[in-house]
Amino acid sequence: MNKLQGPLWITVVLLLTSSVALLVRAGDLGADDDDDPGPSGPDGLRAGATLYQDLPAPVIPREIRAMPRPKRSYPEQPPVIPHSIRDYQIDINFNTCMTCHSRTQSPRTGSIAASVTHYYNRAGQPLGAVSPRRYFCLQCHVSQHEIDRAVESTFRDMEQLIIEEASQRRGRN
Amino acid sequence: MGIRKTVGDYWTLLNQPAQYLSLGVLTLGGFIAGILFWGGFNTAMEFTNIEQFCISCHEMEVKPYRELKPTIHYTNRSGVRAQCADCHVPHDWTFKVARKMEASKEVWGWIFGTINTHEKFEARRRELAEREWTRLKANDSLECRNCHDFDYMDFTEQSSRARMMHASSLATGEATCIDCHKGIAHRLPDMTGVSAWQ
Repeated sequence: MNKLQGPLWITVVLLLTSSVALLVRAGDLGADDDDDPGPSGPDGLRAGATLYQDLPAPVIPREIRAMPRPKRSYPEQPPVIPHSIRDYQIDINFNTCMTCHSRTQSPRTGSIAASVTHYYNRAGQPLGAVSPRRYFCLQCHVSQHEIDRAVESTFRDMEQLIIEEASQRRGRN
Repeated sequence: MGIRKTVGDYWTLLNQPAQYLSLGVLTLGGFIAGILFWGGFNTAMEFTNIEQFCISCHEMEVKPYRELKPTIHYTNRSGVRAQCADCHVPHDWTFKVARKMEASKEVWGWIFGTINTHEKFEARRRELAEREWTRLKANDSLECRNCHDFDYMDFTEQSSRARMMHASSLATGEATCIDCHKGIAHRLPDMTGVSAWQ
């Protein structure tokens, strides 16, 4: 009986101390989470999150179908796409955009034909079909989505600058 | 000669009137067996129409099915989904059986691996697509019209371009759905020379 009691007590003490240690450790971890949310992450699309936190992903925005098309901000701006382009195929086999925006189809479909610049290669040679460097429409033209701007734009149209300058000059004279 | 004798024996047997069975057993039994056979046949044929059956073959799962998945006929806000057979198998019984007999060729293709790699599939994509275009052109896009009824289309809800096309070409019967709506559920092949696409 006595022989057995020694090891039994040792086991009980060990179990108790280890469980207390575990509890304390768990408490520490909990306290850590509350006090220190970790260093802040880069304020990109999910502003406010830290390296330890997961914020919910933003809602996938809807595509805007805007008619008439929004005006270009500067003369060389590739016009934005004012319609949904879901499931459009642009690959070695086929270009869905060109079913309407090609020179031959545009009068029938009422869409705007891709401008003549799309048919020149980079040496300035006119080609029979859209130049390979202009083939992938979405490299320049993009569809628009219903989102709040992450950053307000301070861009001013060239026309606006000319008007402002002209009015300033008139003010001086 | 053995086969000929066996066939001859069976012919003699089947040609004789029944000796012990009553007319009731024969007619009723025939009737019940007919129902069982007919129903069983139809059920078995319907089984080959379900999506799981179609994509149990690697060829169908990897190419056509994965291409279908992101499209509007598979993923959409209202939860209506078109499965393989909805577009590729006629609903009407006679045409369905005819299509099933045609499709038995696909078993041959599967056994010999006609399109079992990316390269083989891409090489035959135009051929495969053309077969479906021809079929849908011939039946006036019947499988489309099982769901999309021209008479029920609300033109005011369509974009101006769609309205224009539907009110002219489609309304006059000059064109059918597949003439313009190619590649709506699967990727298109090289379209060189396909009219209205160049």
